[in-house]
Amino acid sequence: MFAAVLCCGLRVKSQPIHTLSYFIFINNEWHDSVSGKVFSTYNPATGEKICDVQEADKADVDKAVQAARSAFSLDSVWRKMDASERGKLLFKLADLVERDRAYLATLESLDTGKPFLSSFFVDLQGTIKTFRYFAGWADKIHGSTIPTDGEYFTLTRHEPIGVCGQIVPWNFPLVMTAWKLGPALSCGNTVVLKPAEQTPLTCLYIGALIREAGFPPGVVNILPGYGPTAGAAIASHMGIDKVAFTGSTEVGKLIQEAAGKSNLKRVTLELGGKSPNIIFADADFELAVEQAHQGVFFNNGQCCTAGSRIFVEEPIYDEFVRRSVERARRRTVGNPFDPTAEQGPQVSVEQQRRVLELIQSGITEGAKLECGGKAPLSKGFFVEPTVFSDVQDHMRIAKEEIFGPVQQIMKFKTIEEVIERANNTEYGLAAAVFTTDLNKAMTVSAALQAGTVWINCYNALSCQCPFGGFKMSGNGRELGEIGLKEYTEVKTITMKMSGKKS
Amino acid sequence: ALHCDHATMAQNGTIENGLARNTSPLPQPVKIPEIKHTKIFINNEWHTSIKGKKFPTINPATGVKICDVEEADKADVDEAVRAARAAGQRGSEWRQMDASSRGRLLHRLADLLERERAVLATLESMDTGKPFLHAFFVDLDGSIKTLRYYAGWTDKIHGKTMPVDENFVCFTKHEPVGVCGAIIPWNFPLLMFMWKIAPALACGNTVVIKPAEQTPLTALHTGALIKEAGFPPGVVNIVPGFGPTAGAAIGSHMNIDKVAFTGSTEVGQLIKAAAAKSNLKRVTLELGGKNPCIVFADSDLQSAVEETQKGAFFNQGQACTAASRVYVEEAVYDEFLRLSVERAKNIAIGDPLEPRTSHGPQINQHQFDKILELVASGKKEGATLECGGCAVEDRGLFIHPTIFSDVKDHMRIAKEEIFGPVQCIMKFKTQEEVIDRANGTQYGLTAAVFTRDIHRAMSVSAALEAGTVWVNCYNALHAQAPFGGYKMSGNGRELGEYALAEYTEVKAITLKLSERLTL
Repeated sequence: MFAAVLCCGLRVKSQPIHTLSYFIFINNEWHDSVSGKVFSTYNPATGEKICDVQEADKADVDKAVQAARSAFSLDSVWRKMDASERGKLLFKLADLVERDRAYLATLESLDTGKPFLSSFFVDLQGTIKTFRYFAGWADKIHGSTIPTDGEYFTLTRHEPIGVCGQIVPWNFPLVMTAWKLGPALSCGNTVVLKPAEQTPLTCLYIGALIREAGFPPGVVNILPGYGPTAGAAIASHMGIDKVAFTGSTEVGKLIQEAAGKSNLKRVTLELGGKSPNIIFADADFELAVEQAHQGVFFNNGQCCTAGSRIFVEEPIYDEFVRRSVERARRRTVGNPFDPTAEQGPQVSVEQQRRVLELIQSGITEGAKLECGGKAPLSKGFFVEPTVFSDVQDHMRIAKEEIFGPVQQIMKFKTIEEVIERANNTEYGLAAAVFTTDLNKAMTVSAALQAGTVWINCYNALSCQCPFGGFKMSGNGRELGEIGLKEYTEVKTITMKMSGKKS
Repeated sequence: ALHCDHATMAQNGTIENGLARNTSPLPQPVKIPEIKHTKIFINNEWHTSIKGKKFPTINPATGVKICDVEEADKADVDEAVRAARAAGQRGSEWRQMDASSRGRLLHRLADLLERERAVLATLESMDTGKPFLHAFFVDLDGSIKTLRYYAGWTDKIHGKTMPVDENFVCFTKHEPVGVCGAIIPWNFPLLMFMWKIAPALACGNTVVIKPAEQTPLTALHTGALIKEAGFPPGVVNIVPGFGPTAGAAIGSHMNIDKVAFTGSTEVGQLIKAAAAKSNLKRVTLELGGKNPCIVFADSDLQSAVEETQKGAFFNQGQACTAASRVYVEEAVYDEFLRLSVERAKNIAIGDPLEPRTSHGPQINQHQFDKILELVASGKKEGATLECGGCAVEDRGLFIHPTIFSDVKDHMRIAKEEIFGPVQCIMKFKTQEEVIDRANGTQYGLTAAVFTRDIHRAMSVSAALEAGTVWVNCYNALHAQAPFGGYKMSGNGRELGEYALAEYTEVKAITLKLSERLTL
């Protein structure tokens, strides 16, 4: 694996500071699973097992919650620490991730199948920046003083919620870990985090860095395991105050239900999408083709924000299809450690099968398969970059989240029509508009029911900006200042005053 | 063991009494530090003064010249402003940089200050006369923390979108003001340097900063660190020189967009007038104070004595926050006085570089004379001198910690800012009376209340006309909390989120659309 790193011409450290861990991380220590169970994690480019990992289940979750609860007690080191010190620890963590950047990027590519250069330049950058951004907020979480009626003085404190359960997905394991830990720790919470069973490795390495950075024991606990066992245990735990989940809408609903049924823990959800990308005739054509391509194919199509419905205005439709197909045919698929590969495998055989099944439905339901459609290699879980044109809104490929390298192109006539069709989904995560006309840009972005609307770009995400879904794409927002709201509990303190002074 | 009376220099840049928190050996001053930087700093380069002038900087503990420094005058200020203007214009490296990258640079500068902490603390101690350990634990700590605090703000400076009537879209951007002039004092040279540049740079401004003529050294050393950290040339420019020349040039410059001044109320007024007369540059001022402490009979008296002493004598009384008036409730007045005098007599006076020392010299002859003149007036006007009240024999600019009792509100020592180690203790009967007396001043910088009673704490702090009110403590300053004066103690606020407003210019952008947007 390090040969790949050298061949990218990067000057990197050849040995990471910590060894790879396959254990459960509780109280800054590595534990075996209570049940003795282990599970395997695979390299999706080859189908081969990387290693076995201790499998957390309910009993391990209980242990972790106990540790997190203890670390959150009123007289604990974590609770008594200056807010600015919490920030310092997060900065230190960012520095350590930066130190071990090449190793983490390699591990991430090995476990997920994403191209190494993507891991290094996108995932690792996003991870480091997110930790630094939230480090800066730690001592800037302000409450208010409020002019209430009557002889009272009122102030609010924005306190940490408590023990936060966090369940992260397999498509951006490290970045999603940073999106979860950053705000949670900045606000003073303690965490029980479950990485996806497909991709536990980089998350576990973060455990080693958390300890090295100096976070007190129990502040962050990492439990690799499965959704129906460890994940469900978190969602319905009576000792967890809040759960944050990123994953499918289907599972998001289960989590919210469990939260309601158990202890009304606070819930934030980042779920699926079927994001529309609207290309007007007056758009910068080259830009639109490339952005629409990257918008759906990035990360092997495995993005919640994937721009998987591309609405193209009639006058430019034919040319747009032609150029998109040409681009898709040029997309290089191969080993994630090959620096010329733009696309790697899907994360698992299950995902690969699902994508191929949806492609089949497209063909069956009458969309025109322009290119791709098959699994190109016998080893690994690859799917060819696939383009469908003449897609009708009722088709499965136009309605269901595919989560694979499959692009749908549809035609539209008028602005009112396309807005309605774009909004005609229970999802609402992201959307994009390509146009050079100011009015169109403002009008369409205001009308779209999506948490993020991109104008003349796609997947332009930055930790300073809130991100989240309308409708069934989620509840709440992550990132930005607003992201802090989800990790604080507001306490109002009202004091009786002996005489009113304004 | 730590001999210092003013024991712990706490982590948060305040002095708290009690034992030092850590048991590691005390930091040592650098023996015979090399003074590498004595020139004017413009565009990340070192310049001699255009007129060929130099001025000496003196160690007030010994009276010996440390070195000569290039003296900036109007022509040098013009050069600096040109550099700052170029560095901050649209399309420049500084303006094009991600906001988060500005934060990285500020963090890097904080890291460099940590690396150079002992050197900077030594230079500061030599240049100001403050005890080395104070410089190390308070000034340097505060400086580093202020930088790190503002490093975190850079990419969190938000404008708003707002729902306006009809078919318009409206949003605001919080842009940098532009070229910011800063004029800083000699009492906390490095700390004041950071209080000015940190928020200014966080908001994307460029800076022309004049350290006080008495204390240029740590500012110039920091210039080298600014360059090392990677700030583009012209973002920070340092022009050591005098008030009436370089300072005035900044105050009335037609191409400086904002001036921030910390110093005396008298000079603050000149700066504000000059700003108006020239180009209406924005002005923030941190000026003098005649800060009252109010000690109630139900307070923890021992603690009140310690805190008020700290307030009066810290930095040899050379603090805008100096607690030079202490009102003590009648019932505990005699005991308070007795404890205060006993404590004051035990303050360790000596060589600022020695670890035992907690009281050094005054900054220069001018201040020294002024303080003793006011002490003389106190005696003349009938206050009782309890201890001190004179220079330390054979010791240049050192003055004994001084306490007056039976002070009446009309006396000069009760009204004028002394800026020396002189504490006035007065008696009061009722809460209403003492609030009026405490507020009976043109100043309004800080105040303190000592009481165990929740009602009293809340109602007195609400009634005091001061920008900061401390309850059961003194000099508890934090980078996260705003600081500034009511009335003639200043305009505007430094520190906290509040400082950002002083370093941004709000632009509202209103777009007309062909029809209304859905709101």
